[in-house]
Amino acid sequence: MNSGAQSLATGETRDGETLLEVNDLSAWYAESRVLHGMAFDVRPGELLTLIGRNGAGKTTTLRSIVGLLQKRTGAIRFEGRDLVGMRPFEIARLGIGYCPEERAIFSSLSVKENLFLPPVLKPGGMTEAEIFETFPNLKARSASQGTKLSGGEQQMLAIARILRTGARLLLLDEPSEGLAPVVVKEIGGIIKRLKAKGFTIILVEQNLRFARLVADRHVVVENGKVVDRMTNAELAADMNRVKSYLGV
Amino acid sequence: MFDGISTQLLLGQILIGLINGSFYAMLSMGLVIIFGMMHVINFTHGAQYMLGAFCAWLLLNYLGIGYWPSLVLAPLAVALFGIFLERVLLRPLAGLDHLYSLLATYAVALIVEGLVRIKYGSTGLPYDNPIPGGVNLGFMFMPYYRLWVVAFSVVTCVGTWLLIDHTKLGAYLRAANENPQIVQTFGINVPKLMTLTYGFGVGLAGLCGVLAAPIYQVSPSMGSSLMIVVFAVVVIGGMGSIIGAVATGYMLGIVEGLTKVFYPEAASVVIFLFMTVALYLRPQGIFSGREAN
Repeated sequence: MNSGAQSLATGETRDGETLLEVNDLSAWYAESRVLHGMAFDVRPGELLTLIGRNGAGKTTTLRSIVGLLQKRTGAIRFEGRDLVGMRPFEIARLGIGYCPEERAIFSSLSVKENLFLPPVLKPGGMTEAEIFETFPNLKARSASQGTKLSGGEQQMLAIARILRTGARLLLLDEPSEGLAPVVVKEIGGIIKRLKAKGFTIILVEQNLRFARLVADRHVVVENGKVVDRMTNAELAADMNRVKSYLGV
Repeated sequence: MFDGISTQLLLGQILIGLINGSFYAMLSMGLVIIFGMMHVINFTHGAQYMLGAFCAWLLLNYLGIGYWPSLVLAPLAVALFGIFLERVLLRPLAGLDHLYSLLATYAVALIVEGLVRIKYGSTGLPYDNPIPGGVNLGFMFMPYYRLWVVAFSVVTCVGTWLLIDHTKLGAYLRAANENPQIVQTFGINVPKLMTLTYGFGVGLAGLCGVLAAPIYQVSPSMGSSLMIVVFAVVVIGGMGSIIGAVATGYMLGIVEGLTKVFYPEAASVVIFLFMTVALYLRPQGIFSGREAN
């Protein structure tokens, strides 16, 4: 289903079918401006990564999209509707799922309660059976306290709980962070499966190898704006181009 | 050691303690629910309790509406007043230091009490007991109405706990208590949830007021005198624990009753003595699993 996306050589080309379009987005934490005219778009079924150094504005971009940062200007169009000015719960109801960097598993809720906390907002979400098939660990531990899970399991729970809701666009903030290589690999496999199921994903990553494994396209963020764009093939052909941005 | 103490006196005071404890438990539960969700220390709670009692009195004296309908109508009216307060007063203060909402709610308490005092005076107004009579328990005469209060309070507390601990709505409340921002990104209207939570907590205070009307006199200051004790209960039980607030409420009611038997002079200070010790040993509250912050 993403043949259309793959036929596009670069991110600049438009085929009129955009799920999310961010244009000239600026955002502020109190008085300090953190985004300076971000611009990128995502097509249905595509997996886009935002890569860049710590503090480049990747997380802030996701938080602006879901409305957790209310002080923003520019345009964020999702299925043609502008999200700037909307409140977080209104944005979520349009079908956007957000998995924050800190995972935000609730300690006063069991694993099962955490998983079923987000209400189903639209039809077409994954069923309980599909979720437990994708995340078998969670089923075995469904009665445990949410925060008693290992880091990797908490990450899986944080992803799993936004899959039931019918959201078609998933924003995943550094799901690989702080996890053992074997768990990172497992999460990479899960993200690929989600993409195969037709989810559109924006992934914030610092781990280039992980990003390369799963993405269609990459957007490099520096000082709150996009400084480069490339397809996954372009990245594979010239890793040094990105490494210079990341300073590694 | 306590040879002079009769079983009759002892059991009698335990029962009276249980009745006072019923009020402590329900009022502190409302405070804890409001604090947990909104981080507002609701100093209007006592005035809202008083308003519940006054509503019942007004309904009876002006409209001829009796106790049983008032048990539903008065808490609803007080809850609506709470929802109004939340929207116009507390919401603009959200995100600021707790002190702002504390002072604002305290100011509202003073204003409400003052207005009621101007209109109806300071003297208590009687409210007829809807369940006259009682039962002789052998060691004391127990009015039916007081039994009703204890039973009703237990059912209310257990019901509220079940609601918060075992339902989807309760899961939203617990989650929003921990991380309201993320709960919003799930499509849940957290500001509305907060308004309703405040309305619910305040409605509980109003309900207590109606229950109290036939026992205590209905007067403008009935809330403020009780709230000092209730705040001590909340401090002892822990601001974050509903079960803690309820258990501490009943327990301290009984402790207070027992103190009246063994050392009556200390009865009015024993709760504060407990509070001091609890603050010293476990400042986060004896039932709170979380760290103090």
